[in-house]
Amino acid sequence: MTATAPAPPAAPAARERPRGTLGRLAGALHRRPRLRLALLLTAPLLWLAVLYLGSLAVLFVSAFWTTNSFTSQVVKVWSTDNLRAVLTTPVYREVIVRSVGVALAVTVLCAVIGFPLAFFTARVAPRRWRPLLVVAVLTPLWASYLVKVYAWRLILSEGGLADWMLRPFGLDGPGYGLPAAVLTLTYLWLPYMILPVHTALAQLPAGLLEASADLGARPARTFRSVVLPLVLPSVGAGSVFTFSLSLGDYITVQIVGGKTQLIGNLVYSNIELNLPMAAALGLVPVVVIVLYLLALRRTGALSSL
Amino acid sequence: MQLSRGTRIALGVAAVVGFAVIYVPLLLVLVNSFNPDRSASWPPPGLTGHWWQQAWHNSGARGALWTSVKAGLGATAIALVLGTLIAFAVARYRFFGRGTVSFVVVLPIALPGIVTGIALNSAFSTVLQPLGVGLGLFTVVVGHATFCIVVVFNNVVARLRRTSGSYEEAAMDLGAHTFRAFVDVTFPLVRSALFAGGLLAFALSFDEIVVTTFTAGPGVETLPIWIFENMTRPQQAPVVSVVAAVLVLLSVLPLYLAQRLSSDTASGSRV
Repeated sequence: MTATAPAPPAAPAARERPRGTLGRLAGALHRRPRLRLALLLTAPLLWLAVLYLGSLAVLFVSAFWTTNSFTSQVVKVWSTDNLRAVLTTPVYREVIVRSVGVALAVTVLCAVIGFPLAFFTARVAPRRWRPLLVVAVLTPLWASYLVKVYAWRLILSEGGLADWMLRPFGLDGPGYGLPAAVLTLTYLWLPYMILPVHTALAQLPAGLLEASADLGARPARTFRSVVLPLVLPSVGAGSVFTFSLSLGDYITVQIVGGKTQLIGNLVYSNIELNLPMAAALGLVPVVVIVLYLLALRRTGALSSL
Repeated sequence: MQLSRGTRIALGVAAVVGFAVIYVPLLLVLVNSFNPDRSASWPPPGLTGHWWQQAWHNSGARGALWTSVKAGLGATAIALVLGTLIAFAVARYRFFGRGTVSFVVVLPIALPGIVTGIALNSAFSTVLQPLGVGLGLFTVVVGHATFCIVVVFNNVVARLRRTSGSYEEAAMDLGAHTFRAFVDVTFPLVRSALFAGGLLAFALSFDEIVVTTFTAGPGVETLPIWIFENMTRPQQAPVVSVVAAVLVLLSVLPLYLAQRLSSDTASGSRV
């Protein structure tokens, strides 16, 4: 890879030597930056714009279609019935509210658990441990999603680890259900919260903290007035992952959630019989996530992603 | 900020508890694969290697692992090419819609998997089925590649932004043509970023279940799908526990590789 430095005297001669086809092609490309750009972008844009965005567009257009209730065939007649049903049917509304609630609860739990951890790894732990601690936070991200959910299925099973640990206190584990789903989702996405917060805390300029102390602030005051405002955007950045990943999830709920239904489960259960309805329901998490991102953009959290 | 001794100790305890919560479930998966009792009760009544033996001969798990590897390699290859192309365009050129391009790249991973899944599923069935191409491994690879592009793109674009184009210009001033400059100068500069991006893309694909559910044809079973389908079957529980344990052990591998091959990519985030 680096054995390319030509012998200096030979270089000028090489430049005058007539080039092969490859060289002529390279020259032609070099003179046409627009052509180069077009060549770079054609394949990926065909893939993303036509294949991906095209599929998405068709899906969301189909939210405005209906199905024949006898044959489950899609009938391409424009109507807003599905969207209206999503927003007015009590069961759907309940599930939507529950899903957003779960996503928010997971986000808050991740922030509350992740912040002290990140504070420790970034500013309290001995300096030479810190890179190792970051790796320790990172490693579980490589462990399979499904295996981590499986682990919590084991922990929360009847007579499992949770029951065993709580028995001395006369309590039972939560079992499978909504709390189990929130707990498992929190576990799954926690590293996504810790990492950005750790980075922000590690990058806090020491001078600012000293200045705050010099001006008479106690640690608690410094934390509130200096550290928190500087680190909150990265909590926002972490929350993008914890929130949106929780909102779309339906596998975890199926495994540890008992009978709990979230918006993803509703989409899933409608696919076979009523695709337009599934599409309309699928629009809900998309719209909520976009709104969440827009709200965060106003706070400037997205630039620290 | 001088923290009091009490605060430091409290934070230390919180961190120890936090890391315990992060690692105990993974350790439990390892221990459970030696649990002779099928019901996964705690504490295990003894230890046995029987399930490992049984899992080794389980053809379903083996086949699923192989399918996952093939899908992961295919998706990674496509993502490497497409992600790198976009990264060069975005990092080295100014053009109308540049911000939109970087946004569209992120979209497949930002939107819920089930939305991407059913969108691709209905597109495949309306476009491909009339051509006589059904859902199969090929459609899984296409689906996975779509959301893997972003990790390659992120890694390569970050590298390109840190290395200015003047190296390439210098190479050209010395007589190298465009391709020569790419092979000798640009590629070595981005190689470790490509490696990190490829590793992340493979891991992402290897782990994916939702998009796979909707893009896999009948008979195409990746490892996550196999685990999901067998997790609730008491008969298969011991084999699932072993497969899960193997995956926990394997999760150390990419970090080790990343650490060894380049020092600055080990902390590359997944998104």
